[in-house]
Amino acid sequence: MDKRKGMKTILTIALLAGTGLLLFGVQNNLDSFQIRILNLAAIYTILGLSMNLVIGFTGMFSLGHSGFMCVGAYTAAILTMSPASKELIYYMEPINPILAQIQWPVFPAILAAGLVAAIFGLLVGIPALRLRDDYLAIATLGFAEIIRIVVTNTISITNGSLGLKNIPSIRSIWVYWGCAIITIIILKRIINSSWGYAFKAIRDNEIAAEAMGISIFKHKLLSFTIGAFFAGVAGALMGFIITSIDPTMFRFLFTFQILLIVVLGGMGSLTGTVISAIVITIMMEVLRFVEGPINLLGIISIPGLPGMRMVIFSLGLLMVILFYRQGLMGTREFNWDWLLKWFGRSKSVERGDSI
Amino acid sequence: MNEKILTTDHISMEFGGLRAVSDFSLEIAPGEIVGLIGPNGAGKTTVFNMITGVYTPTSGKIFFKDRDITGLKTDRITSLGIARTFQNIRLFESMSVLENVMISKHLRLKANLAEAVMNLPRYRHARQQHYDECMELLKKVQLDRLVNEKATSLPYGKQRRLEIVRALATEPAILLLDEPAAGMNPNESMELMDFIAQLREEFKLTVLMIEHHMEVVMGICERIYVLDYGVALADGNPAEIQNNPAVIEAYLGAVELDA
Repeated sequence: MDKRKGMKTILTIALLAGTGLLLFGVQNNLDSFQIRILNLAAIYTILGLSMNLVIGFTGMFSLGHSGFMCVGAYTAAILTMSPASKELIYYMEPINPILAQIQWPVFPAILAAGLVAAIFGLLVGIPALRLRDDYLAIATLGFAEIIRIVVTNTISITNGSLGLKNIPSIRSIWVYWGCAIITIIILKRIINSSWGYAFKAIRDNEIAAEAMGISIFKHKLLSFTIGAFFAGVAGALMGFIITSIDPTMFRFLFTFQILLIVVLGGMGSLTGTVISAIVITIMMEVLRFVEGPINLLGIISIPGLPGMRMVIFSLGLLMVILFYRQGLMGTREFNWDWLLKWFGRSKSVERGDSI
Repeated sequence: MNEKILTTDHISMEFGGLRAVSDFSLEIAPGEIVGLIGPNGAGKTTVFNMITGVYTPTSGKIFFKDRDITGLKTDRITSLGIARTFQNIRLFESMSVLENVMISKHLRLKANLAEAVMNLPRYRHARQQHYDECMELLKKVQLDRLVNEKATSLPYGKQRRLEIVRALATEPAILLLDEPAAGMNPNESMELMDFIAQLREEFKLTVLMIEHHMEVVMGICERIYVLDYGVALADGNPAEIQNNPAVIEAYLGAVELDA
């Protein structure tokens, strides 16, 4: 038993080291466009994981993710932009003097983005989490829109509908995937802790969970706030990758994309979300060709239609819901026991290394 | 209120114009096994729901160990020491037998989420201790070989048993059982009776149970309350209840016919 545990620790360290090496290779060998796509995959991983915690593990059908992302993106952007570029951008209405002078380093700003989004999560959660199912979905959707409208209209803080430009650009894959890996580790630990089981108990049977002494409201709020925190972190990273943000970015469609990742990966599986976030982000780019003019043997010809990619994803989603409802992984998780069993009981340390 | 463990003082429950329970009073002393019987729709489960805080009684008060618990939230009442099972089994279907029981220990966990995420000693030790307690509990009820099975894959009788164990893991002083023998054949219900008696001895429990199987109720309960249309019809020991003409008319007679 102990020996197995030791081996698993070694395997985990090997996996982390392998990922590190892979990222190192990617950083040095791929072009900046490819790196950008992989960074985007890291952001979608964080978003998918945080949404899966709320929807897949705690069973709350919340659609407010884009709102919390919006809060995080603005917080990080305002905190990291230089005073000079702020002066330049806020020409409609001068920026709030307290914010004008602030310029934080990147990591504290990312953390602050998460925390501010978490505070919004708390404020939205307190009234909204008294609802459940579709009512909760509608309410959170509404709150996300409210957040967006407020951001559009608090011009002295957010520069309104003009948005923010000249956000410091970060290209390093380490920042994005570092955040993603930390998110994976923290969420995995939460899911496997007593709290994670409490969340799952609420998802499985709310009445029984409450009768076993779990405070439903407190735990739902906790899960929702953690979800908002990581959505905020992802929003901050989104700002650093695009370098300009405006309120229209954070429409409902954005939430839907994340939902797509969660559903395809499997509601209630962190592994599934990570895989599907990476695959879907890459597919989004690979499938760009379908938006150009298509000519099938001269029989059918379709002029270039922007949005054709989403048709393919919608069909994919339809297929999954009709024929493979649990998604890629269902509620299963990747774990070493499973892998070790796969390879038989032979010494699998070296083999495990190559996975 | 002397040494009664659970008292309901003239509780009533109205849903709109419907009076599900009216003016119901009961008193339970520590260590007793008390039955609550009555025809379908008599309001028995409503009484349970009021005691466990699912509903707040429209009038009347509920006391647990001299403490007024009327209107407290369900999870709070559980943490004070009242645990329950459900008429229709409500296990956590995605979890194993052990995980189902471990859930009940969450409310006794004295560590915070940050400690859990960092896996600090206080959390680790508490968790280990809870694990040991749950394993011991499962061993006592002969479910220890099935700890890694999915809870919902157990045979029906064992699922019922698991629900009782899960309630026990919250460390209650009083256990409310809602039709524990529902759907069981006479053999199984006899086994269940022994099981409940054994639990009472072992954990110094007080039990309040709703049950339709008369052999179980008469065999195990020391006192019985009878409800009909939300009104208390009678209370007393099994012999008194069996000979009470009002009870026979309302309830036992009908059961005797189809039994």
